Amino acid sequence: MNDLYAWAAIALITFAATTGDVLLAYSMKRVGDVGEIWKTNGLFAVVSRILTTPTFFLGVLAMAVAFYSLLFGLSWGNLSLVVPASASLTFVANAIAARIFLHERVGRRRWMAALLVATGVALMAV
Amino acid sequence: MTFRKYLVLAGITVFSTLGDSLLARGMKELGGVSLHDFSGLLFAILNPWVSVGIVLLLAFFASYMSALSWADLTYVLPATSLSYVLVAVVARIRFHEQISPTRWLGIALIAAGVGFVAVGPAVSSVPHNLEHPLNDYPEALSPEAKP
Repeated sequence: MNDLYAWAAIALITFAATTGDVLLAYSMKRVGDVGEIWKTNGLFAVVSRILTTPTFFLGVLAMAVAFYSLLFGLSWGNLSLVVPASASLTFVANAIAARIFLHERVGRRRWMAALLVATGVALMAV
Repeated sequence: MTFRKYLVLAGITVFSTLGDSLLARGMKELGGVSLHDFSGLLFAILNPWVSVGIVLLLAFFASYMSALSWADLTYVLPATSLSYVLVAVVARIRFHEQISPTRWLGIALIAAGVGFVAVGPAVSSVPHNLEHPLNDYPEALSPEAKP
């Protein structure tokens, strides 16, 4: 039964973390190159542009949900299962979500990278 | 990709690794915090390891946001996954932990994955605002960016 709860937590962490990453990436693309804005308009312009992007706060909220699901997942399952399983699934889920929602060109090279890193992260826990 | 941008990617890796390990060290010093009593978490900030850890994680978040403003999510995530390798290296050198052959294989796979994206372009998506047209990202127009 605890295993079922642990995997439910892993699914929730993966979903929330992917949602958060996609929303944050989307927000920062809307804001534009932070280095360029800093150079031309100063740090205050960077901060105010980020803080006036509503999706940024949704992203932070999703990240907070992922963090609290991790805490609860850790109270049900093993550290050595929950952390690597959710981290590794998040890499793959992010590649799919970035392609669909951010229209990133996830070519063979990017797929290989996501799968290699996901497998590597999973192995690190063994 | 400029040298400064590579520095930001390195910052993400180093800040997240150091921040996590300082937090872990501080929380171990404090002992277990009960899930039913969150007030313990408020006092955790007073621990110097925890507070420095939080500052480093804020630096991580700032550099992560900066990287996402000029690079794809599918570029930033694998490129910064070297932090997993860094954790193992720190554990090996600082705490003399043994690294099993399976973990070495994991390290090799992560490094290979990083190599795969590092040689490709950093950005391929069309930015959502028109103030930054694709022309600002010449890498995106290279044949490498095509799927």
